[in-house]
Amino acid sequence: MLISLYEVMKNMDLLKKIWFFYRDGFREMTVGKTLWVIILVKIFIFFVVIKLLFFPNILSRDYDSDSARAEHVRKELTK
Amino acid sequence: MNDLTTVVDWSRWQFALTAIYHWLFVPLTLGLSVLVAIMESLYLKTKSEKWLLATKFWMRLFGINFAVGVATGIILEFEFGTNWSNYSWFVGDIFGAPLAIEGILAFFMESTFVAVMFFGWNKVSPKFHLASTWLTAIGASISALWILVANAWMQYPVGMEFDPEQMRNVMDNFWALFSGIAVNKFFHAVFSGWALAGVFVIGVSCWFLWKKRNQEFALLSIKSAAWFGLAGLLLTMYTGDGSAVEVTKHQPMKLAAMEGLYHGTEGQSFTAFAILNPDKDWDNDEDEYIFEIAIPKMLSILGRHDVNAFIPGVTDIIEGRDIIDGDTINTVPYAERIERGKLAQAALRSYDAALAAGDSVGMNLAKADLQQNFQFFGYGYFDDVKEAIPPIGVTFWTFRIMCYLGGYFLLFFVVILFLVYRTKLMEKATWIQWIAMISVPFMWVCSEAGWAVAEVGRQPWTVQNLLPTKAAISDIPASSVIVTFWLFAIVFTVLLVAEVSIMCRQISKESKKNLSTTKA
Repeated sequence: MLISLYEVMKNMDLLKKIWFFYRDGFREMTVGKTLWVIILVKIFIFFVVIKLLFFPNILSRDYDSDSARAEHVRKELTK
Repeated sequence: MNDLTTVVDWSRWQFALTAIYHWLFVPLTLGLSVLVAIMESLYLKTKSEKWLLATKFWMRLFGINFAVGVATGIILEFEFGTNWSNYSWFVGDIFGAPLAIEGILAFFMESTFVAVMFFGWNKVSPKFHLASTWLTAIGASISALWILVANAWMQYPVGMEFDPEQMRNVMDNFWALFSGIAVNKFFHAVFSGWALAGVFVIGVSCWFLWKKRNQEFALLSIKSAAWFGLAGLLLTMYTGDGSAVEVTKHQPMKLAAMEGLYHGTEGQSFTAFAILNPDKDWDNDEDEYIFEIAIPKMLSILGRHDVNAFIPGVTDIIEGRDIIDGDTINTVPYAERIERGKLAQAALRSYDAALAAGDSVGMNLAKADLQQNFQFFGYGYFDDVKEAIPPIGVTFWTFRIMCYLGGYFLLFFVVILFLVYRTKLMEKATWIQWIAMISVPFMWVCSEAGWAVAEVGRQPWTVQNLLPTKAAISDIPASSVIVTFWLFAIVFTVLLVAEVSIMCRQISKESKKNLSTTKA
């Protein structure tokens, strides 16, 4: 019991170190801040605007099961 | 123009546009990450501050390119699900497995080690930092491996069995995915990234020389980039030779298109330069070229490593002309392939009807018929053998642009290496500095041209012999593809402008600092 508690504390310590590592890294960035803005805006445009509005997975959206999807593609490819 | 043709063409253009933009970022990531890792290794070995400052400078530019380029490839996966749903279902887990591995690797390796690379200076030990830099570089290349393995499968589909009930290709041999085409394609793409990074670093460093800023740093960077780029280019050429052999074996029609060759011979010459005859067709007697400069026997040497080997042309392949020592090239005439493809599709229709009726005997019979002709399944979509010929002009010219520029850059690296060890000459020769700066975008043209050869030359197929582009497409309105085409054109252009402007600003800002020592 004592050993596992010790291990939990040790892991917490490691997680804290990782957290501070990333936090301080982000804080000390200069040009990196602009880049992070670009990354976040880009991911928003890609995943929220483009993916949701324009790029549904047609087979997942229109058919409920793999066999129905297979049947649709079979018909499409042999029509 | 009917709606199907419009959807196919716009979807093709859209995929080409996103792939071209994506590939603007990727090769620099692949090459610069390795060059930075080499510089940091030299710093750790020599403890010289010059290497530390060079590492940090080029790492910053790597970071800008990485940040702007990251996730641009995800758009291609969106397009698979929407525009190419028949294709993405048909290829089944062949594509799924490599892409899933790529996603996991890219996320874990790159997000972990890139962070240590940028945030870890003075926080982790120098050796751990160096290991992170190398792991970032290796992770980027491994990411590329899975994408290129998937792409190679489309060029040469192996390691799977088609299941008509699932309507997918089911992987039955994972290791078969690492075919000669895949291995050569991977190394060819990665090493070309090294060459590209070499040209980029030399170009930027020459700007430093031209501005007379940090000349010691610039010369150090040019030396390392020139050796690195030269090694990358020589290895690109070596793997390009391997690719030529594989294409000759497995995609002879692509090779014929790369050459604009209709009637092959034994000891086939290589066309160094030619003006293609626009009136030439596979079944007429017009000359192939209006004007030609050829290197005797060279295509046989390149394609089959044999001076007197037979290389088939478009007409030979369509007519199914035999190849003496080749069981590597299928010799069934295209007219027969079309017939057998239609038989395969009829068998699949019968299978579908038997499946709907719950007739297991009928299913088994249809499946046996299908298997007999499945290797020609895709030909059943054609009504004329002419439809199976790739666009000759684009394939021919993109191949030559790649080769000409490849040759130019070989000379470029040799000249730069000659001059850079004569320091004064390099510092004074503004002409070579300008040539180096102007050469940078041409390296991207060379790299993109290589992809155009690979992808346009594969047409009309998405999956060689099995699924032509026109069958791979989804049943969607053309208008939605046109709208998203322009949307991507705008988003990617904005990203490119952002990258170039941030990079230029950063280069200009850093160039005013002392990049040879931190001492005042």
